[in-house]
Amino acid sequence: MIFQTIAFYVFSVVMLLSAFMVIAARNPVHSVLFLILAFFNAAGLFVLTGAEFLAMILVVVYVGAVAVLFLFVVMMLDIDFAELKRGALQYLPIGGLLGLVLLAELITVGAVWRLSPAASTTLSSATPKGMSNTVALGHILYTDYVYYFQIAGLVLLVAMIGAIVLTLRHRPGVRRQSISVQNARQPDEAMALADPRPGEGA
Amino acid sequence: MAIGLGSYLTVAALLFTIGVFGIFLNRKNIIVILMSIELILLGVNINFVAFSAYLHDLAGQVMAMFVLTVAAAEAAIGLAILVVYFRNRGSIAVEDVNVMKG
Repeated sequence: MIFQTIAFYVFSVVMLLSAFMVIAARNPVHSVLFLILAFFNAAGLFVLTGAEFLAMILVVVYVGAVAVLFLFVVMMLDIDFAELKRGALQYLPIGGLLGLVLLAELITVGAVWRLSPAASTTLSSATPKGMSNTVALGHILYTDYVYYFQIAGLVLLVAMIGAIVLTLRHRPGVRRQSISVQNARQPDEAMALADPRPGEGA
Repeated sequence: MAIGLGSYLTVAALLFTIGVFGIFLNRKNIIVILMSIELILLGVNINFVAFSAYLHDLAGQVMAMFVLTVAAAEAAIGLAILVVYFRNRGSIAVEDVNVMKG
């Protein structure tokens, strides 16, 4: 119990601090690395709540794919980040004000919110007893939520095709191998008989 | 769940606010804006998972998984658009993105 409390506060504090460093760091590479740290700590929070499968998915998908994608883009593009950072403090007051208003609203909502007594009777898929989190998720994901699961796969497919279509480019002047053109080549258009005289050349 | 639901909701609200604040603070830099959107979606996911554990309802975790899917797709498409834009214009400044033709 005490260990879980300590772990919760450590994970939360490190996650919030690194999330703040994501938006405050001068170097975007540092931002991406702090984002990775924030995701690791969020995965720790998920483990604390008993959602082990989502925690592992978070580490694999976010740290392994999304954060590395960000890192690639940040390092690939030749951007003057100091120029982008200039004048950023100009929006600090209005941004801070909006953030405080939003936080106050969220805290107000959270303070007066009460769970309805009837909520426990209307669960859509109650957690089964004596089953690990991954097994239980698999049981409902492939039965009750199978259409949503297929739609999620479709979203990923569209995103993949979209990203490829957007970034694929054919540069002019690059000589590529074309098998069909090579196979369609006929001898009479590829060869010509020349009859040069001695001493003159072709 | 040893920690109360309120603690998780507070952490998620703080993370959400940091994400929204990041959009305002870095409104010239699209890369950091995309990272702020990831932070916002992470805050939403923490809410989903906390409620799922509190109510003993697995549907929240399924929804969190779908949020994760959409977030990954959004990051991929956003970064692809960013790369194409940088290739055409040579900069990623947000205030240059008011020309709707290439």
